[in-house]
Amino acid sequence: MTILAFILAGTLAAATPLLLAALGELITERAGVLNLGIEGMMALGAAVGFVVTYNTHAPVLGFAAAALAGLALSLVFAMLALGFMANQVAAGLAIGVLGLGLSSLIGKPLESQTLDAPAKLAIPLLADLPVIGALFEQDLVVFLTLALAVVIWAVLNHSKLGLIIRAVGENPSAARALGFRVLRIRLAAVAFGGAMAGMAGAYASTIYTPLWADGMIAGRGWIAVALVVFGTWAAGRIVFGALLFGALSLGGLIAQAAGVALPSQLLASLPYGVTILMLAVISSNRRRMRLNTVASLGQPFAG
Amino acid sequence: MAPLLQLSGVSKRYGGVQANAGIDLRVDAGTIHAILGENGAGKSTLMKLIYGVERPDEGQVFWQGQAVALSSPSDARRLGIGMVFQHFSLFETLSVVQNMALIVPGSKAELATRIRDLGAAFGLSVDPQAMVHSLSVGERQRVEIIRCLLLNPKLLILDEPTSVLPPQSVALLFDTLRALRAKGMAILFISHKLEEIRELCDCATILRQGRVTARLDPRQGTAHDLATLMIGRPMPPPVHPTPHGLGEERLALTALSFANEDPFGVSLKDVSLSVRGGEILGIAGISGNGQQELAALISGEIALKSSASSVTLMSHPVGDLGAAARRKRGLAFVPEDRLGRGAVPDMSLADNALLTAHSRGLVQNGFINRKAERAFTAECITRFDVRTAGPQAEAGSLSGGNLQKFIMGREMMLNPSVLLVAQPTWGVDIGAASEIRQRLVAMRNAGAAIVVISEEIDELFEICDRLQVLHKGHLSPSLDVAATSVEQIGTYMIGAAA
Repeated sequence: MTILAFILAGTLAAATPLLLAALGELITERAGVLNLGIEGMMALGAAVGFVVTYNTHAPVLGFAAAALAGLALSLVFAMLALGFMANQVAAGLAIGVLGLGLSSLIGKPLESQTLDAPAKLAIPLLADLPVIGALFEQDLVVFLTLALAVVIWAVLNHSKLGLIIRAVGENPSAARALGFRVLRIRLAAVAFGGAMAGMAGAYASTIYTPLWADGMIAGRGWIAVALVVFGTWAAGRIVFGALLFGALSLGGLIAQAAGVALPSQLLASLPYGVTILMLAVISSNRRRMRLNTVASLGQPFAG
Repeated sequence: MAPLLQLSGVSKRYGGVQANAGIDLRVDAGTIHAILGENGAGKSTLMKLIYGVERPDEGQVFWQGQAVALSSPSDARRLGIGMVFQHFSLFETLSVVQNMALIVPGSKAELATRIRDLGAAFGLSVDPQAMVHSLSVGERQRVEIIRCLLLNPKLLILDEPTSVLPPQSVALLFDTLRALRAKGMAILFISHKLEEIRELCDCATILRQGRVTARLDPRQGTAHDLATLMIGRPMPPPVHPTPHGLGEERLALTALSFANEDPFGVSLKDVSLSVRGGEILGIAGISGNGQQELAALISGEIALKSSASSVTLMSHPVGDLGAAARRKRGLAFVPEDRLGRGAVPDMSLADNALLTAHSRGLVQNGFINRKAERAFTAECITRFDVRTAGPQAEAGSLSGGNLQKFIMGREMMLNPSVLLVAQPTWGVDIGAASEIRQRLVAMRNAGAAIVVISEEIDELFEICDRLQVLHKGHLSPSLDVAATSVEQIGTYMIGAAA
């Protein structure tokens, strides 16, 4: 396998956990809520997903349990941020730390255990193409995640539900005056984001690297949050950012294997730095930021 | 026949404030009914109760003779009540048709067709595909009205609809409303502008301090009678400035251009003005045509590094200086938003006085002189008749009119050479507004140069010596108030003057 084929084959899988979490956070933020607890929700989902899959040998159950775990933690966040109108930044950080702690606790008995990686699906014909054929041989979740990205883009831009979510995020008072239940819509958006973060964690721990190690999420939840902001709340740019991160993280591995004379820590940090740099360049367009920024993001709303 | 809408004994209380007390109201189909009252008289609260945004504490609402309990605006819309808000409930990042689709069923293509049809039928033309942030205030109002009309309401509520329109557009709006009345619709028209109500409405209910003080036919009686009922005492007389000698030039803008990076903001193009001591220059125009940018460029909140000479104070170039440096040279500024920029709501009046009056001996060796601070504040409160518990009262606890008097007083006590005031009487009751205008004229007579940015044409005609009109970032030539007319100013306001 050539280096290019290796990167093409691995990029989508590396991008998938980021994309799952970022798409969930996109919906949450579009409704006007800033959830900074994504890292903790991913970590909790990773631990729960790993433990359930390890014991039941049913990856679907693992994903479902992880989604529920992420959702449950996001409801705690919603209780603070929406119910008690706590500062969303502080509430998100606190819930994130709670999630990391719970993750370590739940995963502890299975430290260093492994799972069998699920089989990959190859799309007929496309997967037989030279070099880029590797792109079309992926696990099921990768394809589902990409499909979901398209669905979320369509919902946000072309459906009434999307209009309502955006309206609530832009001007909650006006949305309320039109008769929309702002807090209920925000609660649903937070819960969706939490479930997605939980599944993102499960993907990382049961499919991408099917091995339990404490702290394995390693900041990917934060990258997901950064993707949403620097991707200026647009699904397409978020996908681009996630793929860029995926490709770079593989590039770093290859460079290490090829014996590039750079410290491995530097290479490992490359995807984080370059992704944020690229997205910062995209979002430095003031006009684009102003037109896409969620106006009420992070502000508590009473009533 | 039962009236379309009837309210009986409706009351609403917010904390310690009785916003509405025992209100009775009857609205019939095919009429335009005015709700008249000062700021804070309870008009907006009453409309929120009718539209289901708030629920009454006491009393009953009847719709076509049936008692109804409205728990949300969607309930009201189902009955056939539509409302056009004063601060529009539109979403700027969505297109016109997307804004409609939020509450009106139907595909986007159908909606776009219906928007065009309604526009043609009622003189409300607007492009369905346009993004709301690119529309003028008048166009946004049309969008709001169309959004209501798409739901075929029987009752349309309009909250202060003319405050955002130039005189010519007001006439168009009235034609639209009369056409709707002829179709049998009932209209609740909320306003504090007396002549409009006399021109348009069939009946009027007057509110004062949350209670109904009169029900009458506004076409009988004069504007003066209505005003007396509305404020509970005769209208204060206007204070026209008398001509007198002018001093030297104090403030000048010369061919000032400013490219705004904010896509929702306005860029100023080739703006020139000059103000001398002893005169008031009024900047007329509808908000959103560059008023905020102009005020920020004069006050120094926006400094232009590259063209220092485009702004001069006492003939010194100051275009590159910040707000503090310009204040040191004798400029004082009263911004349009009292809470947040004019004053800090959570701080006491004394601490708020410190914010701009610190140079008046209130700070010594870096420490606050509390005694001097209290004395300055107390003097401001007495001299400018601010109704408050004292210097330690929180700024946010004052009514709009009293806080505005305090902020004006604080700036005037600095004896500025140039005073810039933006929207001096926005949301201020008639009594306080009249006092503020008198103070401005007195300061002019004492030799200060004053610039007043205001949307209220009547106010500008009352106190100004000269007027210039701002429209889409362009400033009109200077017009002598004695030699111009409301119509001429209106022509400049919509950019129709050559």
